[in-house]
Amino acid sequence: MKIVMRLAVALSAATFLTACGGGGQDTENETSGEQAEAFDRDPYPSTYTPYPSGAVLLQNATVYDGIGNVFENYDVLLEGGNIAGMGEDLDAGDDVEVIDAAGKFVTPGIIDNHSHLGVYPSPGVSAHQDGNEISGPVTAEVWAEHGVWPQDPGFTRALAGGVTSMQILPGSANLFGGRGVTLKNVLSRTVQGMKFPDAPYTLKMACGENPKRVYGYGGGRFPGGAPYSRMGNVAGYRNSWIEARAYQEKWDAWEEDGGDMPTRNLELDTLAGVLDGDILVHMHCYRADEMAQVIDMSEEFGYKVTSFHHAVESYKIADLLAEKEICSSMWADWWGFKMEAYDGIRENIPLVHQAGACAIVHSDSDIGIQRLNQEAAKALADGRRAGIEISDADAWTWLSANPAKSLGIFDQTGSLEIGKDADVVLWNGDPFSTYSNAERVYIDGALMFDLEQPDFTPVTDFELGQPGEGDLK
Amino acid sequence: MIFKFAAIAASTSLVCASAFAQNLAIQNATLFDGETVREDATLVIRDGTVVAWADADELPSGLETIDAEGAWITPGIFTPFSRTGIVEVGAEDSTDDTSAGQSTFGAALDMSDGFNPASTLIEVTRLEGVTRMAVAPSLGSSLFGGQGFIATTTGEPGSIIEERAFTFINLGEGGAGIAGGSRPAAWATFRAALGDARAFPARYLTGQEGDVLNRVDAQALSRAARGDQLIMISASRESDIRQIIELKQDNPQLQIVILGAQEGWMAAEALADADIPVIIDPYDNLPSSFAQLGATQQNAARLLDAGVTTAFAYFDNSSHQARLILQSAGNAVGSGVDHTDALKAITSVPADIFGIDGAGRLTTGSLGDLVIWDGDPLEVRSAPVRIFIDGVEQPLESRQTKLRDRYLNLDESERPLAYKR
Repeated sequence: MKIVMRLAVALSAATFLTACGGGGQDTENETSGEQAEAFDRDPYPSTYTPYPSGAVLLQNATVYDGIGNVFENYDVLLEGGNIAGMGEDLDAGDDVEVIDAAGKFVTPGIIDNHSHLGVYPSPGVSAHQDGNEISGPVTAEVWAEHGVWPQDPGFTRALAGGVTSMQILPGSANLFGGRGVTLKNVLSRTVQGMKFPDAPYTLKMACGENPKRVYGYGGGRFPGGAPYSRMGNVAGYRNSWIEARAYQEKWDAWEEDGGDMPTRNLELDTLAGVLDGDILVHMHCYRADEMAQVIDMSEEFGYKVTSFHHAVESYKIADLLAEKEICSSMWADWWGFKMEAYDGIRENIPLVHQAGACAIVHSDSDIGIQRLNQEAAKALADGRRAGIEISDADAWTWLSANPAKSLGIFDQTGSLEIGKDADVVLWNGDPFSTYSNAERVYIDGALMFDLEQPDFTPVTDFELGQPGEGDLK
Repeated sequence: MIFKFAAIAASTSLVCASAFAQNLAIQNATLFDGETVREDATLVIRDGTVVAWADADELPSGLETIDAEGAWITPGIFTPFSRTGIVEVGAEDSTDDTSAGQSTFGAALDMSDGFNPASTLIEVTRLEGVTRMAVAPSLGSSLFGGQGFIATTTGEPGSIIEERAFTFINLGEGGAGIAGGSRPAAWATFRAALGDARAFPARYLTGQEGDVLNRVDAQALSRAARGDQLIMISASRESDIRQIIELKQDNPQLQIVILGAQEGWMAAEALADADIPVIIDPYDNLPSSFAQLGATQQNAARLLDAGVTTAFAYFDNSSHQARLILQSAGNAVGSGVDHTDALKAITSVPADIFGIDGAGRLTTGSLGDLVIWDGDPLEVRSAPVRIFIDGVEQPLESRQTKLRDRYLNLDESERPLAYKR
C-alpha cells in the first residue's frame, strides 16, 4: 500500500503541472490511478524550469567529474540543459559556443546540504528570523520553504562561489525542526520557482545541547519544559515515533479497508513520511556517542538517518558510520564554540572518507557557503599531512556527488556524466587554491554567473538602490 | 610603561626573551621580511632576535643551520583582533571572560586579568603560524568593552607582552543598543566619557561623579582620552566611519583604529587623509545588517589603493578561529590584493598599529618570531613546518593533534582507545 501512496504523490504532481500548462515538465508516465489519492502530498510543487541555453563547449580544461576521476585537456559539452558530451577533442558543431578553458578547471556545481539562506537571510534583522519554529520541541509540521525569503542576497554570493543547489534546513532548536527544502540556486520571485524538481522532502532533527537549552532553560524559566536533558531528548524522539507509527497504521488500515478517512495531522504526516521511506532524515548531531544512540533508535523504529550534520566527532565512529552507510555533513575546522564541538579536529573529513563512509563538506553559514571548495582543500591538505592519501578528484565527491546523494538528487545532478543536469562550474584556476574563483556557473546549461560580465551577476530586490548595488561582491 | 617583556630593539639586544632561545641560521629561504619578498635569503637569529638578514654572506660558526631549500619563511603571523585565551568554550559562560554583562565597570575591565595561557586555543592558534595576537574584549554592559592586550602564543606564563595595549569601544549598531538605544545616545555617551576621562583625577578628587563614568572607569579611559593609548572602535557604516574621522579631526591627539570598516572603501580617501588605520575581514561581503549594505570583498583592495593602513583579521568566531586570518588574507589576494600587501596586513601592519617594536618583521633587530612553511603561506593547503617565537622553537602539537592521533586507528581489540596517547 505504501507503494500506491507514493505513486499517488507522483501523479498528483504531474496532474497539477498539466493543469497549469505544464511548463515543459515530463508527464508521459501519467497513468490513470485506480485509487483516489487521500490528499495532495506535494501541494507547493516546484515551478522551476531551466532557463534557455545554447550549446557550450568547455575546451581543454582540467575536469573533475565529481565521482573520483580527473581528466586533463578535456572537453565538456553542455547542450539542451544537460551534459551532452565529454572527451578529448570533441567536435564543436555549428552554433556551439566554444570557451577556451585551457589552464582552467571544470567541476560539477557545488551542492551545500546545510544552508539557512532565505530562512536566516541578510540583513539579519528581527523580522527575518524565520528558521526556527521554537514554539515547541516537536515541530515536524513546519516546512522550511514557507520561511524562505527568495530575495536573500546570500543566494547571489553562494552562486559566485560555485554553488548550484542547496538544502535549506530549519534550525536546530527543536528535536524535530521541520521539513527541509532543496533548491536550485536560480533566483526567482517565488520559492516554488527555486525548488529542485522532484527532490524528495527531508526532515531536520537535532541532538544534544540545542533542544535542551532552548526548552529546558528556555524563555528565562528554569526549569522550562521538556526536554531538559539528553535523556529527555531521546524520550521526546521516541514518543513521537510511537505516535507516528500509530498514525501510519491508521492510514494503512484505511487504505486497506476504507471507512472514514482518518483526520490529518501535519506533524505526523511528516514523521510517517520518514517511516514510509519517502522523507530523508538529516540530523544535527555533534557527539559520537549520541550518533550511536540515534542509530539504535532509528533501527528501533525502522527508519534510516541519511546524514548526520556538523558531526564534529564522526572521526571517532567512522567505522560505524561506514557500516551503517550514513553520511556526515561536516565543516573543515569549526570547533569549540560549544561543549559538543570541543573535540573538533581538522582531519575529521579525511578520516571519515578513509573509513569508507560518506563525507560531505557543508557550510551552515552564509560566508562558508561561498568557499566550500577551500574548506575541502583544507581538509584534504590536513588529511595528507596526517598520512591520509586522498586524491583531489576523490575530494570533489565531498562537494557534489555525496551531498547530491544525501538529498536524493544524484540521479539528476552532482557529477559530470552524460545526460545529467548541466550544473557546471568553470574555475579560473585550481579550485583547491585560495586564489581561484568561479569564473562561470551554469545551471541546467544556462549561464547564471559570469565573473567577467556584470550583467551576469544577479542583484536581489533588497540590494537595488542601496549602497554597493551591482558591485563586485 | 607596561611592557612585561623587554621589547627589544637591535641596539639594545641582550635581555633575551628566554633562556632556551636557539641561535640559528636559515639559508635559501623565500623570505618575506615584513616589507618585501627576497629569494635565496639568509636569516640569523641569536638570543631571540634577528641579527642578520637577507644577504649575509658569511654565517657565524657554531649555529644550527637550516637549509630552507626555497621554502617560504615569514615573520610570525600577528593577528590584530582575537579573543583567544579569554574564553575556552563559547557557549559555556563559566569559561567565558570576554564580557561581563552584570559588571558595573566597563572601560576598567582588563582582559589580561582573564587571560589563560594554558588555554587549548593558544596551541591550536599557534599551530597555524600565529605567534602574536591582540586580544580584545566583547561588549558587556556598556559601550566600553574594556582593555585589550598583546600576547605571544607560547602558552607560557608571562606571555602577555603588553597589558592594556588598547581600549575597545563599539560605536556600531551593538554600541547604540547598549548606550540606550540609538547612535545619538552612543555618541553622547562617548563624548561625555572622553570628557570624564580627561578630567580624571581632578574632578573626582573633589568628590564629584563623572557624567557617565565612575572613577575607576574614568581612570581606565584617561590614557586613551589623552592620546597615550590606542582606541579600537568597532564601526561598519560609512556615516559612522566619517563621524569617527570627524572626532579625530576635532581631537587630533586621539589614536584610533577602526575595527570592521565594512563600508570603509566608501570613505577610503578620508580615512587615508586622517591617517586612521583599519582592521578588516577581507571576506566580509554580505549586507548582514543595515550598517554594512556596501560590504564587498573589494574593500581590502580599495582601501589599500587609497593608501589606508589596513590590517586583516578573521571575525567569525574570533576566539577559536582567529587562526583563519591566513585564509582571510589569501582570499583578499583572490579579490585583487597584492600578495605582499596581504602578507604585510597580517604581520608588520598589525605590529605597527599596536606599536610593538620588532614584531611582524624579520630584519636586523626584529624579534625572532618566524614560521617556515610547506608552501605559499596564504594558500589554505599550506601549513607551518617549524615555528619560532623569540627564537624558541615551538611544538607543533595541540589537543586537536592528540585527538587525531588517538583516532587515526580505531582498533580497540587489545584495550580501549582511552589508553592510547
